[in-house]
Amino acid sequence: MTVTLRALLGASALLALSGAAMAETEITVATVNNGDMVRMQGLMDDFYKKHPDIKVNWVTLEENVLRQKVTTDIATKGGQFDVLTIGTYEVPIWGKQGWLVPLDDLPASYDKADLLPAIAGGLTVDGHLMASPFYGESSMVMYRTDLMEKAGLKMPEKPTWDDIKKAAAAMTDKSKEQYGICLRGKAGWGENMAFLTAMSNSFGARWFDENWKPQFDQAAWHDTLAFYLDLMTNYGPPGASNNGFNENLALFQQGHCGMWIDATVAASFVTGKDSTVADKVGFALAPDMGKGKRGNWLWAWALAIPAGSQKVDAAKTFIDWATNKDYLALVASKEGWANVPPGTRTSLYANPEYAKVPFAKMTLDSINSADPTHPTVDPVPYVGVQFAAIPEFQGIGTQVGQIFSAVLAGTTSLEDGLKQAQDSTTAAMTKAGYIK
Amino acid sequence: MATQHSRLAARIMVAPSVLLLFLWMIVPLLATIWFSFQNYNLLNPMLTGFAGFNNYYYFVTDVAFWGAVLHTLQIVLGVLFITVIGGIALALLLDRPFWGQGIVRVLMIAPFFVMPTVSALVWKNMFMNPVNGMFAHIAKGLGLQPYDFLAQAPLLSVILIVAWQWLPFATLILLTSLQSLDSEQMEAAEMDGAGWWSRFIYLTVPHLTRAITVVILIQTIFLLSVFAEIFVTTNGGPGTATTTITYLVYVQSLLNYDVGGGSAGGIIAVILANIVAFFVMRMIGKNLEA
Amino acid sequence: MARRVSNGQKALTTVLAWAVGLLIFFPILWTVLMSFHAEGDAIKSPFEMLSSPWTLASYGEVQERSNYTLHFFNSVVISVGSTVLALVIAIPGAWAMAFVPGRKTKDLLMWMLSTKMMPAVGVLIPMYLGFKNLGLLDTRTGLVIIMTLINLPIIIWMLYTYFKEIPGEILEAARMDGASLRSEIIHVLTPMAVPGIASTVLLNIILAWNEAFWTLQLTTHNAAPLTTFIASYSSPEGLFYAKLSAASTMAIAPILIMGWFSQKQLVRGLTFGAVK
Repeated sequence: MTVTLRALLGASALLALSGAAMAETEITVATVNNGDMVRMQGLMDDFYKKHPDIKVNWVTLEENVLRQKVTTDIATKGGQFDVLTIGTYEVPIWGKQGWLVPLDDLPASYDKADLLPAIAGGLTVDGHLMASPFYGESSMVMYRTDLMEKAGLKMPEKPTWDDIKKAAAAMTDKSKEQYGICLRGKAGWGENMAFLTAMSNSFGARWFDENWKPQFDQAAWHDTLAFYLDLMTNYGPPGASNNGFNENLALFQQGHCGMWIDATVAASFVTGKDSTVADKVGFALAPDMGKGKRGNWLWAWALAIPAGSQKVDAAKTFIDWATNKDYLALVASKEGWANVPPGTRTSLYANPEYAKVPFAKMTLDSINSADPTHPTVDPVPYVGVQFAAIPEFQGIGTQVGQIFSAVLAGTTSLEDGLKQAQDSTTAAMTKAGYIK
Repeated sequence: MATQHSRLAARIMVAPSVLLLFLWMIVPLLATIWFSFQNYNLLNPMLTGFAGFNNYYYFVTDVAFWGAVLHTLQIVLGVLFITVIGGIALALLLDRPFWGQGIVRVLMIAPFFVMPTVSALVWKNMFMNPVNGMFAHIAKGLGLQPYDFLAQAPLLSVILIVAWQWLPFATLILLTSLQSLDSEQMEAAEMDGAGWWSRFIYLTVPHLTRAITVVILIQTIFLLSVFAEIFVTTNGGPGTATTTITYLVYVQSLLNYDVGGGSAGGIIAVILANIVAFFVMRMIGKNLEA
Repeated sequence: MARRVSNGQKALTTVLAWAVGLLIFFPILWTVLMSFHAEGDAIKSPFEMLSSPWTLASYGEVQERSNYTLHFFNSVVISVGSTVLALVIAIPGAWAMAFVPGRKTKDLLMWMLSTKMMPAVGVLIPMYLGFKNLGLLDTRTGLVIIMTLINLPIIIWMLYTYFKEIPGEILEAARMDGASLRSEIIHVLTPMAVPGIASTVLLNIILAWNEAFWTLQLTTHNAAPLTTFIASYSSPEGLFYAKLSAASTMAIAPILIMGWFSQKQLVRGLTFGAVK
């Protein structure tokens, strides 16, 4: 009797508890402080309306800090996050380690087949989708139509690097603080090296040969860097060695840059409300050298669930909300189609409303022209356009980025820089066991 | 005066502090030493086992290593130089009577309250940025080419930012010390016809010695581990122009996720810090004995 | 002031001192001014910015995006909590070293200070693993413990130098009257040491408030203090000067105001025994 009573009491208490737990599943979402993610935080009312039982705690951090915290946590199985914002670099590596929860059982309305193949491919490991893309990007040329017109030039839809140089020279007027071209110079594997690696692909360079031997002693890298230095010293803004995406964006928005070759997501910012040149921006594919590869990259920020999470179901609910078609429609209804997170879904680009956005087609063409599995002219043992998807790349890429940023600042010569890059990369690859 | 009883009591009272600090020192230290001999990369669970002195070898032969040692010393010495000299000058100024002493002191002390991250962000973006920064605007206003501080003089820029944060601290300690200077002695010297300079050299400076030592000791402890300012402004660059030992350890452990290499770097940093500490402590020990 | 100073000299000193004071304070002032302008105006030249319309828009945006109250509360708990805890541990120790010095006391003090020289980055991973196993990640308790340990050496040293200045005769008199060790500390010593303790407390609250490595690494949301709050405003996409200024102002204002109101107290104890 007492036993049954106790069991009953226990059961009802359990029910009450689970009810309470239902009402308050708290998930912690780690994300970068990029515009599209900040916008998502402003739209959370919609999520809470649909899922009153889930509460989301945001951890919004600057990209470098975020990456480092998230990596520390997942590698030590700290279990502090339920949803991570990670990129196409991390997903294949972490997925292979078994650190991510596969997203195979998202609801049918998620419509996995609708994801852009180039993007979904980079987030799939052994046939399982490991992360759901929040936005995808490639890189392209953004230029000032008014300045080009004044210079009497016309930007081809598929420019070569020589076209770029000619345009940069024509648009530069340093007395008016007007610089022909703004490019990344700030050190970091995701900053200047993303741009330079993609650029080097079009020059026929590669990071490693098939035996993982670094290739900075080859002519193609020398050509890439020499061309880059020529552009930046003659037609670039001052302080370029500290300019990353954000700095260049600010420069372009204020009308200091004639051209800017960077992420396609920048398009919505340079044509947005903070921009003083919003109605004077044209777009073109990233340049090439006639060697069969263009200098554009491929990247996606994606949402994933770490294997240690205790709240996988709530996390999946959130990911589905944040990355399905309804979310795109939600953003469009609140902020206009130009502000929809781009580059993830085929249906978005089939939408006639979205086709009116000036940079829509160029973004899609850029994404489709990047091939992470065959990124270079000569064969390579790695996957990834502007990175090599091996765990050691962040460290190596950042170190080489530092060296190239010093070359740009003029504190190291081009030859010394390439030699240092070759030496330090060789040492790191030897230590990691790639080079026997 | 101290009885057997009070000695024992004293031991018991010191014990918690000593024990806690000992644990706080020894546990991480042992863990770090252990990891420094392991192949341990967070991102590569396949790589395991005893590494011998490999981690140390790669850390010391890193192209940036000797530069990092040099930059660490340059930052410590540079900031100490600016804050001690500047602090003495400011203390002498503030020691003289003037209107609004309270307010000026409040203005002066403010940088000490600012988070290093914030002050680095403010200096980098609002002041040193070569296009939108205050200095660039001033240069343009004067018809000059803006100077690109963080690219052309990165180490000096970092030193200036850090010195700005620590100058108030040095000034205040030196000022307090200056105010305790016997003014009768000063006047007597003045009567005897001693000039301003010789009064400064023979009376003021000796009086300030203890305060200066304290400034050096406290600041050295904090300056050896300057990190946020470098991380925010230059990321150790351009190249490795502002990479210090602390920053190099950061690169190893949190960019490469090479726990083994980072730990070896940590141990080397501890050794180097102890060498510096040895000299500082000897100096302090002499001056603080009195 | 025994020395006579002419009004002319005083005026000159006043001008100089104010100039230097304003120069040193200027970066903070400018940040505050910038936070009250629109993003587009914040990057204009100084005069254009000052003459552009004033707005609270950046504060509104920061308020909307971040849970300032939570971060502020965490900063207060962590800095005050760790300071109080460290004080409780340090007072007896500093007392003992000051009044019953042994041959090794000086070495002991120096050793304590030297524990601060360990580079934090080097021990992050071991600490992270330890915190994880103890369930201390992202807890205020965990951070209070860390901050206590980090600041303990400085606290002990400050108190030690302060206690040493208290004349020993007073203590002996108390002892003659039969005061126990406990009551000696509580009733005789502590009241005399209040100014020293006050400045020790202030300095350590400032240091803990501004600590930006452990606080950033060992927290995510629940225990995250203002240093994390700032990290979400450094270099985002697009123009950010005004928002960064607003966030910076919000992060430093509490400690700045506290520091200003208590600066007399703070300065008195900042001498570390350097003033005789």
